[in-house]
Amino acid sequence: MYMKTLIKSGVAVIALLAAGPVAADEDADLIINDEIEITVRAEAPAHVDGLRTIYSGWVFRADETQALQMDDFENPAMLFADEAREKWTRVEGSAEKSCADCHGEPESLADARGTYPKWNDQAQEVRTLAMQVNGCRTEQMGAEAWKYDSAELLNMEALLSSVARGNPVNVAIDGPVAATFELGKEIYYSRFGQLDLSCANCHEENYGNNIRADHLSQGQINGFPTYRLKNARLNGAQTRFRGCIRDTRAETYAVGSEEFIALELYVASRGNGLSVEGPSVRN
Amino acid sequence: MKRILTAGAVSFLSTVAATAEVLPEDIVFGEYGEVEVSLSGVAGDPVSGEALMVARGKGNCLACHQVTALEQHPFHGEVGPSLDGVADRWSEAELRGIVVNAKMTYEGTVMPAFYKVSGFYRPGDAYTGKAAVMPLSPLLTAQEIEDIVAYLLTLSD
Repeated sequence: MYMKTLIKSGVAVIALLAAGPVAADEDADLIINDEIEITVRAEAPAHVDGLRTIYSGWVFRADETQALQMDDFENPAMLFADEAREKWTRVEGSAEKSCADCHGEPESLADARGTYPKWNDQAQEVRTLAMQVNGCRTEQMGAEAWKYDSAELLNMEALLSSVARGNPVNVAIDGPVAATFELGKEIYYSRFGQLDLSCANCHEENYGNNIRADHLSQGQINGFPTYRLKNARLNGAQTRFRGCIRDTRAETYAVGSEEFIALELYVASRGNGLSVEGPSVRN
Repeated sequence: MKRILTAGAVSFLSTVAATAEVLPEDIVFGEYGEVEVSLSGVAGDPVSGEALMVARGKGNCLACHQVTALEQHPFHGEVGPSLDGVADRWSEAELRGIVVNAKMTYEGTVMPAFYKVSGFYRPGDAYTGKAAVMPLSPLLTAQEIEDIVAYLLTLSD
């Protein structure tokens, strides 16, 4: 809200014009609450040919944006995680169960976030964390699934990310998910739309460069769901994919589609070695 | 130009311009991607070209390129090379070829083709995310390309 008000006022516009794009401190380290050490740069995983070092999107953001994520009382995204924590013990569905009935405290699932998307043997499908939450709801609780990237689902993902912060992203890419990984990789390197741009054109070949006033990151998703100052709410990775593809003047895929599940698995795996960082704060 | 366009003779003039226009699918590229023939048959206007370079909904060349002469407009990109002095490095035909479809000059370049209407993967209806309504329009018109080329030809060191 603070940023929005600033940007709307003419004074801020003049200040921005004079200062040019806000510089990022790309060498900064992220420690949350003086306690949780976050790996924001790491050696690229062997399966990523186009990068030597992987960087969290956090390092590309301006000092003020970086600072918002260093203290949970400053991080607006934590309010949404807290909302989900309140629902954690709420009994729902025909089985009359809450999340807590099976899982105890949310902290017991600290190892989950960093490994998703992953194969679910019982369902014989690749599941994103969002799909797994809905799997719990429909299969265990007898409750209705939440809509993909809806506020309720993003809040729960924010909670599950918050308890996993500092743990490594470690998404499997072989075995039963191999075909999904390959599909995601193919999409990542395909040039879309009338602007004829691939994910790689911006986020592999040009990270660190500006496109007009936008400072391009590597498009890592270890910080999702992410609170964007731009829209003042939580954003899911697939909704962000949709926005990027739309901006190439292309016909996008639907959030929750096979293609975006594959792209999420592939892009998440490009961050293997970074820390889980969500819910993060970005522009 | 403006005065002519508002005059009564406008319909006659635009008919002439339309017949002289080279359509995107009829462009002839040289060996190195250059395009010799004017797309519109009407000389480019560098003042209009400058505005098109800056406008986000038009050329938006500044999204990727730095231009010292356009410093009064904020936020120049870093994805493509600086355009300072391009008129000394390229001929008119070469500049036209790069703006029309830079991939004919630089294979695999990130730069979008501004006068091309086919051969895209999942083309969309502008920035809606929905499927395109065929036929596609080029990103810029023939005259807009000529205006931008005319502006680029003013950028000499």
